[in-house]
Amino acid sequence: MHRTGELYGQFETLEQQKDTATLGMWIFLATEVLFFGGLFLIYSINRHMYSDAFGVGSNTLDLKLGGFNTVVLILSSLTMAMAVWSAQTGKKKFIPIFLILTLLLGTVFLGVKVVEYKQKFDHRLIPGQSFDISYHANHPTASDKPADIAAEKEELEKAFHADPNLNSHAQLYFSLYFGMTGLHALHMVVGAGLLLWLLKQSIAGRFTPSYNTPVEIIGLYWHFVDIVWIYLFPLLYLIERHR
Amino acid sequence: MSSQTLPITHEMPREHYLNATYGIRSWLLTTDHKRIALLYLASVTFFFFIGGLFATMIRIHLLTPAGFLVTPETYNKLFTMHGVAMIFFFLIPSIPAVLGNFLVPMMIGAKDLAYPKINLLSWYIYLIGGGFVLYSFSTGGLDTGWTFYTPLSSVYSNSAVTPAVIGIFINGFSSILTGLNFIVTIHTMRAPGLTWFRLPLFVWAQYATSIIFILGTPVIAITLLLVGLERMFHLGFFNPALGGDPILFQHLFWFYSHPAVYIMILPAMGVVSEIIPTFARKPIFGYTFIAGSSIAIAVIGFVVWAHHMFLTGESVYAALAFSLLSYLVAIPSAVKVFNWTATLYKGSVSYDTPMLYALGFIGLFLIGGLTGLFLACLGLDIHIHDTYFVIAHFHYIMVGGAVMGYVGGLHFWWPKITGKLYPEFLARIAAMVLFVGFNLTFFPQFILGYLGMPRRYHMYPPEFQVLNVMSTAGASILALGYLLPMIYLTWSMRYGKVAGPNPWPATGLEWQTTSPPPTENFDVTPVVDWEPYDFDHRPDLGLTAGAGELAPSHGDD
Repeated sequence: MHRTGELYGQFETLEQQKDTATLGMWIFLATEVLFFGGLFLIYSINRHMYSDAFGVGSNTLDLKLGGFNTVVLILSSLTMAMAVWSAQTGKKKFIPIFLILTLLLGTVFLGVKVVEYKQKFDHRLIPGQSFDISYHANHPTASDKPADIAAEKEELEKAFHADPNLNSHAQLYFSLYFGMTGLHALHMVVGAGLLLWLLKQSIAGRFTPSYNTPVEIIGLYWHFVDIVWIYLFPLLYLIERHR
Repeated sequence: MSSQTLPITHEMPREHYLNATYGIRSWLLTTDHKRIALLYLASVTFFFFIGGLFATMIRIHLLTPAGFLVTPETYNKLFTMHGVAMIFFFLIPSIPAVLGNFLVPMMIGAKDLAYPKINLLSWYIYLIGGGFVLYSFSTGGLDTGWTFYTPLSSVYSNSAVTPAVIGIFINGFSSILTGLNFIVTIHTMRAPGLTWFRLPLFVWAQYATSIIFILGTPVIAITLLLVGLERMFHLGFFNPALGGDPILFQHLFWFYSHPAVYIMILPAMGVVSEIIPTFARKPIFGYTFIAGSSIAIAVIGFVVWAHHMFLTGESVYAALAFSLLSYLVAIPSAVKVFNWTATLYKGSVSYDTPMLYALGFIGLFLIGGLTGLFLACLGLDIHIHDTYFVIAHFHYIMVGGAVMGYVGGLHFWWPKITGKLYPEFLARIAAMVLFVGFNLTFFPQFILGYLGMPRRYHMYPPEFQVLNVMSTAGASILALGYLLPMIYLTWSMRYGKVAGPNPWPATGLEWQTTSPPPTENFDVTPVVDWEPYDFDHRPDLGLTAGAGELAPSHGDD
């Protein structure tokens, strides 16, 4: 289909084109909800069955890093919203600036995630043969405070008492942790790719108050990915912090 | 047949979508929904052959009680690969991606789908997914059953499960994008005057199917992805060794795979709803009920999945609820069948080839649907669970229903797709060969199942041999019934008589343009000011000129 200006050949008006694109993105997000929904279902059932193992697993996560990442991601939603606003109100120069900020915040998030994954790897918390939920408590490093290690040991002892198969069940938790955060991170990477494309287009000055649908629908996608994290953070990091 | 009584001889339009551009690039990079439909036609036919090849080997193997073609391990692979090829790569994309792609924009008077490039992308995704699955088939095969039950698929199977689940995962996005494209197109691209209740029923059926595509497919995608992760990285989601629940896999699997059956049958019902009024020459009876029942089937279809799991030890209350809900699907299905029959009543019925397929569909779907009620019945299901009764039941729905609808639809719209007519007499013979072959193949399996022959076994007690030989004999007739149309339809593309814009004639918008249509479908955007299937007020169809008899509308009789 040939295209006249911003209007693609299969459409009659720009308004119809915009409605179509927006509706399409909303439907796509509905499929994404069901896609993540499978994982959330498995999480709910297993957490109900093995709450001790999930609690112990959750407490091994680094709350500071996770909290920092949550703030980073919410800020990136703000800058994304500002990019959409700039496009809608015709502030052409601001669009690339806000897009770059969004991209930077997204990259920071992914970088922190790498640090967290590395930590789990060092602590032998990758599901499989060598998985050992007690490894960190038994092999503390110089930077660990003795009081923390003692508390961790005590928590593990209690949990093993309540659930002798803790080491197996904790693997379920970490499978879900890596599955859920991994898929979320993959969505962030896709989002970063989309942002790069938007950046190129916005520097070329393609987005005007009458044509800014790509900024808007990629914004929708970005916010969706943030919202997934808003659910993941409490489910993975916060479930047993009252201990 | 009315087109023979018309004295007019038609000529092919000078320029149409098939000859607008030439060369392999113009096909592989096309964004024209009609060309993409033909790309899908070629690729689903390819997978139909692969699946058919495995089916042939299964039927030959079962000629003798001890099984005479392959080892037990190979037999497991044969029925698995038959199921995977046929379900994920033929049945699910068949009507939506071939006929739906071709027809939905034309039926609503649009120039193309809302996202032509995404439409092409979904074909490539299908090919990549198909490539992974073929890789699995050719490097060790697949022996888990098409259902991929864990922990067999995730831990124990030694066959090439990983590439297969990756392939089906990837292919899922092809379905999702097609469904998304259809829903958006139907919402935003309708021609002026084409209100929701003037839409052809085929479009309603595609809409209902697309709902399942977008809400069901992501669930199978994530589920099979997790099976792949269990296999590749030893993560645990369904692994009982870690405390995971393999039954949970079955829930998630059937949450998609039961509605997937409606992905197959709903579009076929849409095809039948187009064919019946055309060849009864009267408006369809109960338009709104047929349209609404499509949506109802899609919605109820999402809450019946656990009837596949009555024998897993699920709670008796869950089983009761799922049994009751499964019975409910019979209501919208029966609404359709009764409305089609009421449309035939006092119609000027002509038995053209598409009509033979539609009538065949009604009969076979009736048997398939009613035996489905046997399986929804808790007490009876325990007796016939996992027997050939189940095999016969779902082949009546999937082959007798979905494939009959697909082949019937191909015959109905072939003149529109290619601009040529196929040899009518041969086509009628083929339709009857197909019908007879199908029944001879699968009816004995009802009896076998009721007598207790379990599915997926490579051997059986000698007293079952007569029925098995009958089934194999039927399968060879059925194969002939599929080969015949493939030969004469291909032949007709070059040598067939020129069809003209509206050979039957039918009332839909797609028949208002030339055959084959131009790339942009319509020279001017059509304006719709008539009700659906209204033969009485359509002088442009030429029926009042005495070319064909007109049946009285409902209310006149």
